Amino acid sequence: MSIINFVSNLAMPLTILIIIIYGVIEKNKVFDTFLEGAKEGLGIVISILPTLIGLFVAIGALRSSGILDIIIHFITPLLNVCHFPSEIMPLAMLRPISGSGSIAVATDIMKRYGVDSNIGMIASTIMGSTETTLYTIAIYTSCVKIKKTRFVLLAALVADIVGMIVSVGICRIMS
Amino acid sequence: MLNKIWPIFIILSFSYAICSGNLEKLNSSIFDSTSDAINLSINLLGTMCLWNGIMQIANETSFVEKLTKLLSPIIKLLCPEMKKNKQIQKEISMNMIANILGLGNAATPLGLKAMKSMQKENPKKDTLTDSMLVFIVLNTASIQIIPTTVIAIRHSMGSTNPTQIVFPVWIATICAAIARYNSIQVIDKI
Repeated sequence: MSIINFVSNLAMPLTILIIIIYGVIEKNKVFDTFLEGAKEGLGIVISILPTLIGLFVAIGALRSSGILDIIIHFITPLLNVCHFPSEIMPLAMLRPISGSGSIAVATDIMKRYGVDSNIGMIASTIMGSTETTLYTIAIYTSCVKIKKTRFVLLAALVADIVGMIVSVGICRIMS
Repeated sequence: MLNKIWPIFIILSFSYAICSGNLEKLNSSIFDSTSDAINLSINLLGTMCLWNGIMQIANETSFVEKLTKLLSPIIKLLCPEMKKNKQIQKEISMNMIANILGLGNAATPLGLKAMKSMQKENPKKDTLTDSMLVFIVLNTASIQIIPTTVIAIRHSMGSTNPTQIVFPVWIATICAAIARYNSIQVIDKI
């Protein structure tokens, strides 16, 4: 397990190191370029802030009103069959539909069950390994005005489910 | 999509809270949620700025181009129809590299450009070709090498080791990517 941890921790510093060395060798004005990109990052976060506020309120309300527990209660028997933790279910359902929505749900799950707990790890892994499938398909097909999308949605959702089941499995093995 | 889901969430939970008398919890959760959103954004701000800055450097060096070349055998395997068209191959691999490096903002325009080029070669203009199908499905995979947003969220939640999830994410991503490719083949046969 310590090797896995080492690789996980090495990934980010190593990537940054390689890129900066590359920039220096190619005589790029590294810091100016960095600032240019960092300013863009500022804009991205500010643009998703209103979405996050709206969704955090909605998801907080689902949780605090107690209705989420009722929904989870009903689907738990079904999930137990495939050994999928019911705490993760709200995230699994929202992840393909909304990017910022799933950030809100994932944060909610981590807060409730602990970020370093098994459930928190699974939520993190699912967030990192899946995309907003419906949104991606929508923009890619609409930009070329294609109506007959064949089985693209089905194939992508099947793969999302596989990704989520693997996330649960690998976090169970690691803990 | 959110125009439908959001009001459903609010109406469902607010009316349930009113009926079940759970109002105190609901009220405090409304205010907690807004400040949670602000706290998360502040934490995301740092990571996003840092990562975007680093990736801007990668973008302006030949780093991206070199990686693009590495990818070309895989593209040929995935989209055999595009074997002859070097330009489309390049557009597809640039999109994938942008995805891998987590350059979301750059990946989408590159991907749309590749889609438009593939559409030009498409004999049936209203239907997706095999290559387009594979390409879109791969774009629904998060093939990012460093899941920066999740790391930032984990950090903001006070994790003792926010980057611990990098390796599990890789495994899950690779399995999902293989599942993506195989599910296309299987469903196509059915």
